Amino acid sequence: MTTIAELPPGFADKVLSAQSTFRSVMDAMARPGSVQRIVPGAGTPDTMMRGTAAIALTLFDHDTPLWLDSRMAESPDLVKWLKFHTGAPVMQDSSIASFALIGDGAALPPLERFALGTSEYPDRSTTVILQVESLEAGRPFELRGPGIDGATTLQASIKPFDLFERLHLNEALFPRGIDVVLVADDAVVAIPRTTRVVSKGS
Amino acid sequence: MNAPAYNFAYLDEQTKRMIRRAILKAIAIPGYQVPFASREMPMPYGWGTGGVQVTAAILGPTDVLKVIDQGSDDTTNAISIRKFFAKTAGVATTTATDDATVIQTRHRIPETALNESQVLVYQVPIPEPLRFLEPRETETRRMHALAEYGLMHVKLYEDIARFGHIATAYAYPVKVNARYVMDPSPTPKFDNPKMDNCPAPQLFGAGREKRIYAIPPYTKVVSLDFEDHPFEPYRFNAPCALCGAEDSYLDEIVTDDKGSRMFVCSDTDYCEGRQAAGHHGSLSAAPYKEKAHG
Amino acid sequence: MYVAVKGGERAIENAHRLLAHRRRGDQSVPEVTLDQISEQLGLAVDRVMSEGSLYDRELASLAIKQARGDLIEAIFLVRAFRATMPRFGASEPVDTGAMRVQRRVSSTFKDIPGGQILGPTFDYTHRLLDPSLARGFVPEAPATTEASTALTPRVTDILGRDGLIESSPQAEDGAGVGDLTREPLNFPADRDLRLQNLARGDEGFLLAMGYSTQRGYGRNHPFAGEIRFGEVEVEFVAEDAGFAVPLGSIELTECQMVNQFKGSATEAPCFTRGYGLAFGQSERKTMSMALVDRALRARELGEEVRAPAQDEEFVMSHSDNVQATGFVEHLKLPHYVDFQSELGLLRKLRQEFADAQAPDAMKEAAE
Repeated sequence: MTTIAELPPGFADKVLSAQSTFRSVMDAMARPGSVQRIVPGAGTPDTMMRGTAAIALTLFDHDTPLWLDSRMAESPDLVKWLKFHTGAPVMQDSSIASFALIGDGAALPPLERFALGTSEYPDRSTTVILQVESLEAGRPFELRGPGIDGATTLQASIKPFDLFERLHLNEALFPRGIDVVLVADDAVVAIPRTTRVVSKGS
Repeated sequence: MNAPAYNFAYLDEQTKRMIRRAILKAIAIPGYQVPFASREMPMPYGWGTGGVQVTAAILGPTDVLKVIDQGSDDTTNAISIRKFFAKTAGVATTTATDDATVIQTRHRIPETALNESQVLVYQVPIPEPLRFLEPRETETRRMHALAEYGLMHVKLYEDIARFGHIATAYAYPVKVNARYVMDPSPTPKFDNPKMDNCPAPQLFGAGREKRIYAIPPYTKVVSLDFEDHPFEPYRFNAPCALCGAEDSYLDEIVTDDKGSRMFVCSDTDYCEGRQAAGHHGSLSAAPYKEKAHG
Repeated sequence: MYVAVKGGERAIENAHRLLAHRRRGDQSVPEVTLDQISEQLGLAVDRVMSEGSLYDRELASLAIKQARGDLIEAIFLVRAFRATMPRFGASEPVDTGAMRVQRRVSSTFKDIPGGQILGPTFDYTHRLLDPSLARGFVPEAPATTEASTALTPRVTDILGRDGLIESSPQAEDGAGVGDLTREPLNFPADRDLRLQNLARGDEGFLLAMGYSTQRGYGRNHPFAGEIRFGEVEVEFVAEDAGFAVPLGSIELTECQMVNQFKGSATEAPCFTRGYGLAFGQSERKTMSMALVDRALRARELGEEVRAPAQDEEFVMSHSDNVQATGFVEHLKLPHYVDFQSELGLLRKLRQEFADAQAPDAMKEAAE
């Protein structure tokens, strides 16, 4: 077990690193499919990627219940790091989580198990942060929707392989739905619930 | 005494996190009003506290900030807000639309087309487009949930029956991404078409009413209308008296007590830019330029 | 020749300088000190602390001085400062039954354990302007008596022992205390948030709302069960320490209204409650608050919601004087671009109206 003093550090500059990380995530959300970079400014616990750690430090706090998949939850240091640096409560029940951290995409639970928001308050939904292998190489996906000038192509290596098929639920549920943030090391891509995806083959 | 010490861009980090989360959801659900725990800002409610909180949550040290009110950088409230951020965040400020990365506005969208490297932040007094038809939040929230916008169409139609036209000249309601009816803030309807398919994200902050909403870049924004009464932007039919522009929104200036009027660009940066480029109107004069912007 | 209006920055600076000058007033008159405000305008300080949601006499006094005595402006200053303060948590509920009472009156019983205590009140003063105050005035020493060891139980607790009044609704175990300054308000709102809203609400607004219930707009048959003013201890449970740490004592006014009884086939009839609490001595505020709190419980008590004071969305959305002031006064900001758009539309409609009239006029002229 690691003591708190031995945990990887949080942001060296809490204010400015959080601001710069937020702008990257905001740009990602505003321009679905575009690859945004996060300037790493914090330590990373165990299997957590640099981008994920920065997002956690930027957006999580006492008011954001978290759900961790078993890959994330199995690391006591990672859980301790989250608790110490963000104070966010870790929940067993994914349906009340503000954020879900997914380390093992292959084992991503059905999206219906997360908070989907209500028709009156569609914002009360889980943002799923999914660590993936690559956001530069892999299968091409054609994306359309708000934030995209016509269409854009994302090349990515993502598990689960059928992520975008699963995200079809956003189409039926809108304005309820799930917003996804994909992280590969320091690269971030957002797929908000408005984005429609056509796989362009393998 | 507890001597006040303030954070970068005034807001504490916990507040910024809360606002940032609201902004992300707002972008993910275009046109939907996300409730947020608006803080009590050191300026009055109704004077831009929502826009200021949004700007404070996104602003970084490398940003260049422009603040306009009624299209002008030199109206007192615009100056006051620009000085607030220059002081609390130490950011560079500008009056040039092209040089700005973050533009906070009250009641106008700049004439110069925005680009992908910019963010437009609107100050919003009443975010609920249905509020004047139905004062209850519980009711309007239900209408949005069901996309039940008949009431709005009835109102617009009654205008036509009474006046022959849709009698809404500003804060003209729009539909965003074919789903949410949204209040564009009290911009003149002249500006509505600029919201459609705009390369820059548009963020809206209503402090007193505690709502944040957004239009992502390249998003369909349609002004509500009827087939036989299509939406028409209004502009006084005259060139700007200072720069001769025929495509800009004009302020009407009363020049004496005998009914004389002149019309000049409301967007002062646009007007000055045109004059600097050699365009002239009928009454051109070099406007007095203030030396320093905080 | 037209020159666009500029120079706003200088105008703002000059306005601030002039304001500071006016605030000081005639400099041959001694400057008012914070101690003087706190000691001699104590009720103004109490109001600013209550509606500013910050118990700090010195800051409230400073705010009153800075605001030139405009209490809503002072409340605003205190609120804006408070918004930047970290929030560590919620104190333990204060025990007003253990209040060191300075004033305590009940209109429901002639005598009560601990007695009726008039304390410092305007109630029976004759409202005659007192010229001696203008000349400078040394008051008589207050009358004293031996400190009483008698307890002063709350009148509502005495009624409650016999089941004559409903018990105060208890929060669920472990349920946090809502805070509308930290979370967006949604409707319907729970009573904790309603009471917080009323405690911060404008005294004048609550007074008018409370008054309207007495005149029949949502009548709820109030009796002033008890009004008490005095000092109570505030305790805070620090998670690390694991026990309640005393933070100090504050002055509070509490009003418990005893209202119209309820009952049903399954429930014996009993009186209901309305509750008011404020910092310092704020009787008008707490009594109004208690009336409005009771009115807002209409939904919970199965009463028909008909009057403004019973309508929580109406009351809670309009009670805050800082919000109301800002929005009313924002009308003085420039609105000329939207006004111009409206002007354009109006001119067009008038032109069309004139055009439509014109043929008639010509016809008449031809006849």
